[in-house]
Amino acid sequence: MALEEFKGVFVFAQQVDNVLDGVAFELLGKGKELANDLNTEVTAVLLGAGVGSLADQLAEYGADRVIVVDDPELKEYRTEPYAHALASVLNEYKPEIVLVGATAIGRDLGPTVSARLKTGLTADCTVLEIGDFPLNVAPGQTQLHNQLLMTRPAFGGNTIATIACPDHRPQMATVRPGVMQKIAPIAGAKANVVEFNPGFTPDNRYVEILNVVKAVKNTANIMDAKILVSGGRGVGSKENFKLLEDLAEVLGGTVSCSRAVVENGWQPVDLQVGQTGKTVRPQIYFAIGISGAIQHVAGMEESDLIVAINKDEDAPIFDVADYGLVGDLNKIVPALTAALKAELGK
Amino acid sequence: MKIVVCIKQVPDTKGGVKFNPDGTLDRAAMLTIMNPDDKAGLEAALRLKEQHGAEVTVITMGLPKADEVLREAMAMGADKGILVTDRVLGGADTWATSTTLAGAIRNLEYDLIITGRQAIDGDTAQVGPQIAEHLGLPVISYAQDIKVDGDSVIVQRQYEDRYHELKAKMPCLITALSELNEPRYMTPGGIFDAYDKEVTVWGRADLKDVDDSDLGLKGSPTKIAKASDKVRKGAGEKVVLDTDEAVAYLMGKFKEKHVI
Repeated sequence: MALEEFKGVFVFAQQVDNVLDGVAFELLGKGKELANDLNTEVTAVLLGAGVGSLADQLAEYGADRVIVVDDPELKEYRTEPYAHALASVLNEYKPEIVLVGATAIGRDLGPTVSARLKTGLTADCTVLEIGDFPLNVAPGQTQLHNQLLMTRPAFGGNTIATIACPDHRPQMATVRPGVMQKIAPIAGAKANVVEFNPGFTPDNRYVEILNVVKAVKNTANIMDAKILVSGGRGVGSKENFKLLEDLAEVLGGTVSCSRAVVENGWQPVDLQVGQTGKTVRPQIYFAIGISGAIQHVAGMEESDLIVAINKDEDAPIFDVADYGLVGDLNKIVPALTAALKAELGK
Repeated sequence: MKIVVCIKQVPDTKGGVKFNPDGTLDRAAMLTIMNPDDKAGLEAALRLKEQHGAEVTVITMGLPKADEVLREAMAMGADKGILVTDRVLGGADTWATSTTLAGAIRNLEYDLIITGRQAIDGDTAQVGPQIAEHLGLPVISYAQDIKVDGDSVIVQRQYEDRYHELKAKMPCLITALSELNEPRYMTPGGIFDAYDKEVTVWGRADLKDVDDSDLGLKGSPTKIAKASDKVRKGAGEKVVLDTDEAVAYLMGKFKEKHVI
């Protein structure tokens, strides 16, 4: 089959416990843009057991069509039945682009499916656009149009690379959660649902789930927060995070942290921002006692407004901050909290 | 039991990244280390060896210099080292890399293959699952605990908000997280022995059931369109003020931006 016969943008609509993951909506938002550029449609692929009722939600966030594979084998995520389901859908419908969230599921499912389809996969993309490859044409070389150009950080965020997949289809990418924008939901949208079941025959590759152990969830999802008050090693102790909690409370924000804080056991890992933590883009990001290692900056530099408070005048965090205060966080943070409290009449 | 551990020599991005005057990465000036997730995978294999008895073979694909990382692994306690190196393998993406490693591993007997979850230079997490796919093995990614129970492994597979305890029949492939364990140090005796042990060197001709068209830069479905150092947003304002002034300054900015 000729490459140009592959049509459409497909998005893996990740769900866990029959709740759609936010990244599914983000991918639909980006998928819609790419589909518009290519004059085609965006299709969500929904895999699970008893998940049909989620299809309309995907339509509300922009899915032109929802392909549902509903089977008891797909109740919990396991690599094999999921890879079989997704690869079968892609073999049947032959899209040109497939987007998968770069989650703990997607970063296992994506590589398995791309190897099975013998196509390329670009990991953890932060920018996706349609363009030409190669960018500059050497004499005698043909330039291909309407290619998916996938941009991602590498070397711990020190370099960025733009990758194409010119000779294989589909062009596949995993995409970092929190980076793409979802559309404002279209209330009352109804999904165009297509049911598809490739059949499942368990073999040695179907692992057995002995236990599902959920972490106790007492922390807010920092990726959804509008205001993040983030602390680093400079905060000094677990107890001293109280200063940050007070500031967060008066602004209706959430506390997050750097990797050093997690390593010291001051905060749990789900509050960690950065290359090995979460990517966040709140309206305001306070970086308090955070030096601003490149791995941290990679996870927060897209924030609308960055305020840094640090006693070290040369801390690299000041290179990305909109407003940088050089000084003692133990004095500035409580004073700021008090001033905001007075201003906001709390 | 026979365990194969895939390891990679990587630049140490954590210990300080060095730049050339023109702003590009100075890779020659950066130290190389055994990739941390791979090292945790090796440590897990060595612990299984202590508990159940096993032969541990480490394998790497890279330049001839990657011999160093195999010596380090053998100094920690691995029994055999295999270096897969050949000009035609250069420029490989994850598809071509996993094809190459699978082609090499087909020559070996194994019950368990362990890879790191991801390497700190590329951060893709793709090569482990793709090797499993090429070899038709069950894969368990993101392992935070590994036990052997008869002819099966029992593994804690980590997700963002939970873990699954999974059971798979061997042979299978597991990708290891750094959190899995605290890798041991090399011992002086181990270092001494490691340089007496032989590293097997394989080239293209030693890869089993692999097409030329699937190797190296030519066999890579993904191609680099451009690469550059990250362009960062410029710095904003930085002020050194006493506490009251600092707070007044920030409150002013918040009002200006309609934050409050």
